[in-house]
Amino acid sequence: MIEVKELTKSYGPTLAVNNVSFNANAGEVVGFIGPNGAGKTTTMRILTCYLTADTGTATVAGFDVLEHAIDVRKNVGYLPESAPLYADMGVVEYLKFMAEIREIPKSQRKERMRTVVDICGLEGVIQKDIGELSKGFRQRVGLAQSLIHDPPILILDEPTSGLDPTQTIEIRNLIKDIGQEKLVLFSTHILPEVAATCSRILMINHGQIVANGTLEELVNQVRSENILHVAIKGTEDEITTKLRQLEGIIEVTPVSTDNGIVRYEIASGQDISDVSSTIFNAAVQNRWDLVELNQESIDLEQIFLHYTTGQTRGTHPPPKPESNEDVDSTEEE
Amino acid sequence: MQNINIIFKKEFRSYFNSPIAYIFITFFLGISSWLFFQTFFFGNQAEMRGFFGLMPWIFLFFIPAVTMKLWAEEKKMGTAEILMTLPIRDYEVVIGKFLASFGLLAVSVLFSIAIPISVALLGDPDEGTIVCGYIGLLLMGGAYLAIGLFASTLTENQIIGFIIGITICFVLLIIGTDYVLFSAPNWLYPIFSYLGLGVHYSSILRGVIDSRDIIYYLTIMGFFLYISTLMVESRKWR
Repeated sequence: MIEVKELTKSYGPTLAVNNVSFNANAGEVVGFIGPNGAGKTTTMRILTCYLTADTGTATVAGFDVLEHAIDVRKNVGYLPESAPLYADMGVVEYLKFMAEIREIPKSQRKERMRTVVDICGLEGVIQKDIGELSKGFRQRVGLAQSLIHDPPILILDEPTSGLDPTQTIEIRNLIKDIGQEKLVLFSTHILPEVAATCSRILMINHGQIVANGTLEELVNQVRSENILHVAIKGTEDEITTKLRQLEGIIEVTPVSTDNGIVRYEIASGQDISDVSSTIFNAAVQNRWDLVELNQESIDLEQIFLHYTTGQTRGTHPPPKPESNEDVDSTEEE
Repeated sequence: MQNINIIFKKEFRSYFNSPIAYIFITFFLGISSWLFFQTFFFGNQAEMRGFFGLMPWIFLFFIPAVTMKLWAEEKKMGTAEILMTLPIRDYEVVIGKFLASFGLLAVSVLFSIAIPISVALLGDPDEGTIVCGYIGLLLMGGAYLAIGLFASTLTENQIIGFIIGITICFVLLIIGTDYVLFSAPNWLYPIFSYLGLGVHYSSILRGVIDSRDIIYYLTIMGFFLYISTLMVESRKWR
C-alpha cells in the first residue's frame, strides 16, 4: 500500500531524508522511530503530499504522490505532530467540516461522526470549542479527524504525545485494532510503545533507514553473542577455570565476589538455552550452589542506541545491518 | 465548486465565531460614518461622493486586517498541514478563503446602507451614482482583499502580513493619484493611471460602469489570487 523508493529531501544544506526506501502493506502497524530531526516528519509529509521529495518516488494506495496527489489524500488519514486544529471551531463543527471535505455522503455523515466520537472518547467534549480542550483531547479530536472517512491508510505523527497513561493505552489499542485490516504508519519517541503496538519497526537516523523488521529480527541482528549472568557460591579460581573449559563458552568474566558468591558474565556463541543447560549441568556435577542464572535481555532501548549511535552495552561491535550498506557511501557526515 | 463552498463556509463562519467580524463591521461603519457626516453638512448637498471618496483610504487599513490571518495563522498554528493534505486543490482553498473575506466585506458594506438612507431622508440624492458607488466599492474591495490575501501567504506572522498588505495596496493606490501622476515621467503616465487602484473606482463613481473598469478589478483579483496559489504551492517546490 505504501511503496517508497530512494526518497531524498533536503532543506537547503540539511539533508532531511536520505535515500529512504521501504514498503508497507495492509494489516501492518509500522512504527517509525528515530531521534529528533531524523526525518520521520518529513517522510510523512512527503507521503501525505504536503511536501515533495527532491528525488525518488513514493506510491500510496497505488497512486503516485506527485501525479495523483488528490487520490493519495483521499486514501490517507493524517494526524500531524501536535495535532494542529482550529481553536475557534467547535468539536462537532470541526468534524462536520472534515466529513464534508472528505465527501462523506450526507446520509452517512452523522453516523460516521458518531463512530469517531465513540472511538476517540469525545462524548464529554462535543459541546466545547477546540480551543477550550486539553492537549489530550485535542490529540483525540485530531485522531477523530483522521479516521472520519475510514481511510485504508493512517499516518500518525506522534499520536500519543500529550496523552495520559490511560489514554495512551486506549490509543495504542485503537491503533492495533485498526492495523488488523489497514495500514497504520506512526512515529513515536516512546520505545515501549513500538514494542507494544507495532508489527514492524522502521528505525530512521540522519534521514536514513537504519533498521527495518520485526522486533525479534532486530534483536537478533543486534545480538552477536549471547550474554548470561551467573552467580555461583564457591571458590572463584576453581569455578572460573572449570567454566572456561565448558563447551561453547567464549569468555568468562568474574564481575564481583560477595559473601562467597561469585558473579560472572559469560559470553557464548551458542544458543542461549544450550549454554544455560551446560552451565547448569556443570554446577550439578561440581556440586556448586547455583544462585542465579539468567540471560541478558536486549530491549528496544539498546537496539535503538545500537542503530543510532552504534553502541550496545554488553556486546562487541556488531555487524552493520545489510540495509545500511548501500546507503553508507552517500552519507554526508 | 463543492470544495470551494466548504472552505468558504468554514472561513466565513470563523470570522463570525471570533470577534473579528463584529469589530470590523463596527469600526468600519463607525469610522466611515463619522468621517463622512463630519463634513457632510457643510456641503449642504444630499450626495455620497464624500463617503465613497473616503473608501480607498479606509480600505487601505481595514482590508489587510481582514485578510492577514487567512494564511499566516494557518501556517503559524500548523493547521495548514491538515488543510493542505485534505483531498482539495490549493487553488480551491485560496478561492474559498478569498470569497469568505469578500463575504465579510459585503456584509459590512450592506450595513452601511443606513448612510444612503439617511442621506435620502435629508434630501434627494442621485440613486444611480449611489448604486454605481456600491458596485465600485465591492470591486475595489475585492482587489484589496486579493492583495491582502497574497500578503498573508508570504509570512506566518499576521502583523507582517498586515503591513505588507498595506504597503502593496498603498503603492498601487498612490500611483494613480494626481500628484504622483503629474510628477511621473510621461512614458509612465498611462501605465500608472491604468494600474492605480483608485482610478477605475473614481470613474465608476461618476455613474458610468465601463467594462474596462470591471475588467481591471477582476484582473487584479485574478492576478493576486493566482500568485497566492503559487505561494501556497511553493512549499512543494524542489
